[in-house]
Amino acid sequence: MSAKQKEHVFTKNLDHALLSVYNGYKFFIRFFVEAFRGRMEFQELVKQCYAIGYKSLLLIGLTGFITGMVFTKQSRPSLAEFGATSWLPSLVSIAIVRALAALVTALISAGKVGSSIGAELGSMRVTEQIDAMEVSAINPFKFLVVTRVLASTITIPLLMFYCTLVGLTGAFLNIYVNEGTSATTFIEKAFEQITFLDLGTSVVKAIAYGFTIGIVGCYQGYNATKGTEGVGKAANSSVVISMFLIFIEEVIIVQISNYFRG
Amino acid sequence: MKNDTAQEDPIISIRDVYKSFGDLHVLNGVDLDVYRGENVVVLGRSGTGKSVLIKIIIGLLQQDKGSVNVLGQEVSGLWGPALNALRRKIGFSFQNSALYDSMTVRENLEFPLVRNVENLTRAEINEQVESVLESVGLSQTINQVPSQLSGGQRKRIGIARTLILKPEIMLYDEPTAGLDPITCIEINELINEVKEKYQTTAIIITHDLTCARETGDRIAMLLDGQFLKTGTFDEVFASDEERVKSFYDYNFIQ
Repeated sequence: MSAKQKEHVFTKNLDHALLSVYNGYKFFIRFFVEAFRGRMEFQELVKQCYAIGYKSLLLIGLTGFITGMVFTKQSRPSLAEFGATSWLPSLVSIAIVRALAALVTALISAGKVGSSIGAELGSMRVTEQIDAMEVSAINPFKFLVVTRVLASTITIPLLMFYCTLVGLTGAFLNIYVNEGTSATTFIEKAFEQITFLDLGTSVVKAIAYGFTIGIVGCYQGYNATKGTEGVGKAANSSVVISMFLIFIEEVIIVQISNYFRG
Repeated sequence: MKNDTAQEDPIISIRDVYKSFGDLHVLNGVDLDVYRGENVVVLGRSGTGKSVLIKIIIGLLQQDKGSVNVLGQEVSGLWGPALNALRRKIGFSFQNSALYDSMTVRENLEFPLVRNVENLTRAEINEQVESVLESVGLSQTINQVPSQLSGGQRKRIGIARTLILKPEIMLYDEPTAGLDPITCIEINELINEVKEKYQTTAIIITHDLTCARETGDRIAMLLDGQFLKTGTFDEVFASDEERVKSFYDYNFIQ
């Protein structure tokens, strides 16, 4: 075994993984320290909210609409076997509000927003734009990271509400065409089964997903190395790690909400 | 040796500085004094640690051993507001300009100004931006974005962005790298104009002997992580040292 190999505490890969977790934890703590220290960059925050939120409306809307419509279409045959197609509005609304809207919004945003943040900050890192801020006595973490993480945490819950409305619209159109159910009846039945716990859980999920997408994208981009290869890697790992964490959070939050549901 | 305009106490004092990256030893006990009002050129081949040295001076990197004292303060002992206060007195011109590519030239110049100088009116901001752009001869580019600028223009805007905070010290990282000969001459002239107009002290990192000869009051030749020769351009290249001679021959004969 060479002298270099002996420097590892465990194995090279395990050491690297543990170091990444430790650095991620430090980055996470630094976010909260910097968020409450000094002047907030409101102009940049608004700009990022616009970039993350407004520019995702079309994609989230289209995906949400198709999800609502297809879910309704796929659920109909099973309910029809028991002559229970009148339950479709309730079933679809429960699925969309409790799970689909938040997950669809988060996964689309992880791909679109997470990769964009990772690539943008990664590119700024390798072209020394972040160093240029530091040498100008400007805090790049406050300007770049805090604003993007906050913007993502604020706008993704709003996008989730939008996705819920568009998804329910897709479901309604499908039910209206096939069953002739009126809008009033659909709305009554759809919201009959929805509780505040369902809505609250969805909001908590969307906030957690938004924060995760923002902080992971920023961490990967801010710490990018090795030129253009590093930028690509930052964008890619932002998406992969965000999605992985989103599914873990989904499981945890659903378990907690089921505990309260009794 | 120091130039005629220099005063007694150095404003940058580097003592026995070591820096390694893993097994790669970049700086091996570097000593350098820079006096107020002089332009010192750090000359050397690529990969000899020239850029590392100025990044240590401005606190972007930390030395493994040794002391770096700038304007009476030990850089490695500073952090947060104290480090930022020192950085406001130092301008750093990056090799690739490092302009913020999502911002226009005007926004690039305003960005450090409005965050470091409080209570400026819009008229004062405009006046300072226009004045510093005029100093680098690029007033017409004010509303352009970096991707619309040539390499030489980007270098000039990068220098203008550092000048807007009126620094006492300028650090130039390879100011003529990647530029055509005519633009190199213009950048060399700009460095000398900045010294005259803004009364700056500068360290210029380069491997370009023409740049070194035109801009440097003193030359410090960095080889194998140590300063091999220090003095005026003629003094350094009058040396019989083989590595110095080969560096000169390669630059001017090639």
